[in-house]
Amino acid sequence: MVQERIEAANKKVMEIILNGQPTLLDIGVAEEVIPGMAKKTILHAGPPIKWGKMSGPLRGAVIGALIYEGLAVDEKEAIKLAASGEISYDPCHHHNTVGPMAGVVSASMPVWILQNKKYGNYSYCTLNEGLGKVLRYGAYSDEVIKRLKWMENLLAPLLKQALKLHGPIDLKTMITQALQMGDEGHNRNRAGTSLLIRELAPYIIQTKFSEKEKIEVLKFINSNDHFFLNLTMPAAKCTMDAAKNIEFSTIVTVMARNGTEFGIRVSGLGDRWFTGPAGIVDGLLFPGYSAEDANPDIGDSVIAETVGIGGFAMAAAPAIVQFVGGSAKDAVNFTLNMYEITAAENSIYKIPALDFRGTPTGIDIRKVVETGILPSINTGIAHKDSGIGQIGAGLVKPPMNCFEDALQAFVEDLEAKNLV
Amino acid sequence: MALKYLIRENAYYDSVTLMIITREVKKIKGVKEVIVGMGTELNKELAGNLNLLTPELQKITPNDFFISLDSVDDNIAKKAFAFVDELLSKKKAESEDYQPSTLESALKYMPDANLILISLPGKYAAREAKNALLNNKHVMLFSDNVTLEEEIELKKLAKQRGLLMMGPDCGTAIINHVALAFSNVIRKGPIGIVGASGTGIQEVTVMIDKLGSGISQAIGTGGRDLKAEVGGIMMFEGLKALQNDPLTEVIVLISKPPDKEVARKVLSILKEGEKPSVVYFAGGDPEVIKEYGSIPGLSLEDTAHKAVAITKGMSIEDFAGFTVTKINKIIQEEAKKLKKDQRYIRGLYTGGTLCDEAMIILSALIGDIYSNIPLKPEGKLSDINKSYRHSLIDLGDDEFTRGKPHPMIDPYVRQERILSEAKDKEVAVILMDFVLGFGSNSDPVGEMIPYIQKTREIAAKEGRYICMISSVCGTEEDPQNLIEQEKKLKEEGVIVMPSNAQAVRLAAAIVLSRRNSQ
Amino acid sequence: MTKINELFQQELKVINMGLESFNENLKKQNVKTIQVDWKPPTRGNKKMLSLLDKLR
Repeated sequence: MVQERIEAANKKVMEIILNGQPTLLDIGVAEEVIPGMAKKTILHAGPPIKWGKMSGPLRGAVIGALIYEGLAVDEKEAIKLAASGEISYDPCHHHNTVGPMAGVVSASMPVWILQNKKYGNYSYCTLNEGLGKVLRYGAYSDEVIKRLKWMENLLAPLLKQALKLHGPIDLKTMITQALQMGDEGHNRNRAGTSLLIRELAPYIIQTKFSEKEKIEVLKFINSNDHFFLNLTMPAAKCTMDAAKNIEFSTIVTVMARNGTEFGIRVSGLGDRWFTGPAGIVDGLLFPGYSAEDANPDIGDSVIAETVGIGGFAMAAAPAIVQFVGGSAKDAVNFTLNMYEITAAENSIYKIPALDFRGTPTGIDIRKVVETGILPSINTGIAHKDSGIGQIGAGLVKPPMNCFEDALQAFVEDLEAKNLV
Repeated sequence: MALKYLIRENAYYDSVTLMIITREVKKIKGVKEVIVGMGTELNKELAGNLNLLTPELQKITPNDFFISLDSVDDNIAKKAFAFVDELLSKKKAESEDYQPSTLESALKYMPDANLILISLPGKYAAREAKNALLNNKHVMLFSDNVTLEEEIELKKLAKQRGLLMMGPDCGTAIINHVALAFSNVIRKGPIGIVGASGTGIQEVTVMIDKLGSGISQAIGTGGRDLKAEVGGIMMFEGLKALQNDPLTEVIVLISKPPDKEVARKVLSILKEGEKPSVVYFAGGDPEVIKEYGSIPGLSLEDTAHKAVAITKGMSIEDFAGFTVTKINKIIQEEAKKLKKDQRYIRGLYTGGTLCDEAMIILSALIGDIYSNIPLKPEGKLSDINKSYRHSLIDLGDDEFTRGKPHPMIDPYVRQERILSEAKDKEVAVILMDFVLGFGSNSDPVGEMIPYIQKTREIAAKEGRYICMISSVCGTEEDPQNLIEQEKKLKEEGVIVMPSNAQAVRLAAAIVLSRRNSQ
Repeated sequence: MTKINELFQQELKVINMGLESFNENLKKQNVKTIQVDWKPPTRGNKKMLSLLDKLR
């Protein structure tokens, strides 16, 4: 009976997801540690996309990366190179990597190295640059490049040493705690960042860097509430990667956007991407900006919702819902709605406001199509022109056709195997 | 061109709240640009970008709250500031309880649910009912527009699993003394009912309550259960359950005339059991019922009388009369008030089975009755919106309710109809049922009173009197106040009879009395 | 005892799918009831509905 096959496969997938042990091990250089990374390879957020189709923030980030790598001296050269065919563009997801917003990763960038201790697989993510005019929003001014260099030359090596002194950090536990302190792991990361800096501070002090340098590093982390985002994301990534390729499973293992398209991947459908137009975020814009300024949804950060946090844990972070004019009760309802489309309740990530009920985890494409309920995603809004930065935050949903197309492919697969 | 600003020191509001307020203030006509926020560097920068930064604002700290706006004049600015304060102090109303989106998730929230009540569009209702049965839950299916094939499949599945499958088109059921969908609040007692008709169950249960007795269960089967194709599946299961129910001493069965084979099967089941039973097959042959040892009910009221008599150990007698004192006086007086041309009865019914019962009684007493649901094909009205001679209309029938709420909920159709009857010179008597209970309008009589008054006015203008007779199907425990409802009718000169059958017989008696006196 | 007779011994607990007034009336009678916020499955998309049914 086909239903039983699917239920058994989904059960296996859920077991893998819930048993994942994302652990922060180290910091490395992209080219050295990310599989398939090369000097002229640029990784980006979301499903595959060509240079010609990239939206403002992603284009800007590519330009910035090429300048940072020394492959181009200015914007003009960078654009020429970007369009030349010499640069390989590939989704971060194809390389066990995730990136927020434009999500651009280039060879010299330092990256967090995580391992799913239970299943052995690795994941990677750059360190968060901060707020305002940054590469991930498509900025590529001198200031941006300078900051990237500082991160490469000071931030990363110092933190690498601190980590070595500290030892691996159990991120699953840290995320669990953050969820009980008002974070949801995507758009609200203040608690996680606080927990991280608290954990590392004694060891940052013990590194062999100057006092001035240690102060710079501590201040840098402290000034950026979203520093922890670049750890929740790869934690989710290595958790989900272990659950790939389970035949007959209808559970979503990846959701990601590149600023033009939204894409999903399903465990039982291998490496296939199912894409649709990236949506416009419904939310609040900073004063001076209007809807016309917004870029479509962008970033790999929706891996948070994929693993059951972010928008799915909104009941843990009621402040977020105000972005769409909701009340604290509405935040609870957003989460409650997500139980309708997920396979299980998380065994570790619990929400105090729901009497410590586990977050809704494991999106089932059948349930999305049946109920018409789409995953709720909390996200930032980027200006559509490169280099301006974040202009707001709010809620967005994936296009339904991703799930419908995946369902159709799933049934066709089974038909080809004569199982329906 | 006016730039106005406001500073409140050490007044904290969270940034998101302030962003929302900024957006709302921007919508005010006459506001060109605005920023509402705490005195952070970022907000000062944004204010600067909007040319809203003043030297005073430059000095404030992140602990200070500010509004800066550019408006067409000072009045607008004042309005905007007041609006901001309004929004800051506004409290959001609590949203309601969470409503799960599917049966599956509802079952997660209430795993011990034992009855699924479905009133979804017919197109989808069967699928959900099937799902419920597959989850081993009893079902009450209020929806109609479910196909006969779907009904059969559902009832077979239910039977297989030993579950109740009440419906489709089941409007009334009282299980464990809970009034479901359109049902009344009835005293607890030893009479168990299985019925293929909603208002039939309502009238019988109400009568039982009025007679001082009560019910154990009232199981609805839906209107088509006793058709040949369905074969009475739910009727069987219901009857068997009542036979095995220690709290049921007498069984009552209510239906339109069933398929003959099905009737015999059902009556056999009753015979096999040890409990006495009263059977109402509206207008059906009482002899068949007697053959199988059950007692035939001649009307809904009579059915109730007999059931109650059995529980009291009293003799079983046909009740086809009146319980109203001085009934003859009433008949004479009413008949006298009518003019020569006034000879017809018009029944405006919200309950289908009550309309049916009325037609059965009347056709035996006064001849041909026309209707949208006639007893014989020849009786079908060519235009259901226009009465002809003696007409009894079931306003709850599909033809009237397409795209409109049922008349037990929304009186509009009957309100319109009574006015057109009022204009007809040949109308002698107007009959109306008022069905109380859960599900029904909160004041069925109150809704009709103005139209009853208008009817009187229309007739009076032409020197006519129209006799109006009603029965109120309700108990004193129903959410609508039975006594009040009856009182309101009496105050308008409507004759209130204790049952539908008596109301109908009175109408016939008045019309016949007139006929005879001419 | 059949399931129907068992039901007669239990406290009625209802899941209401459809008219909210039915749910309200049950609450007035102090019956435990839950209202389903029902929408047509697959938002009325017949093709998707038949795909889903293949997987049952």
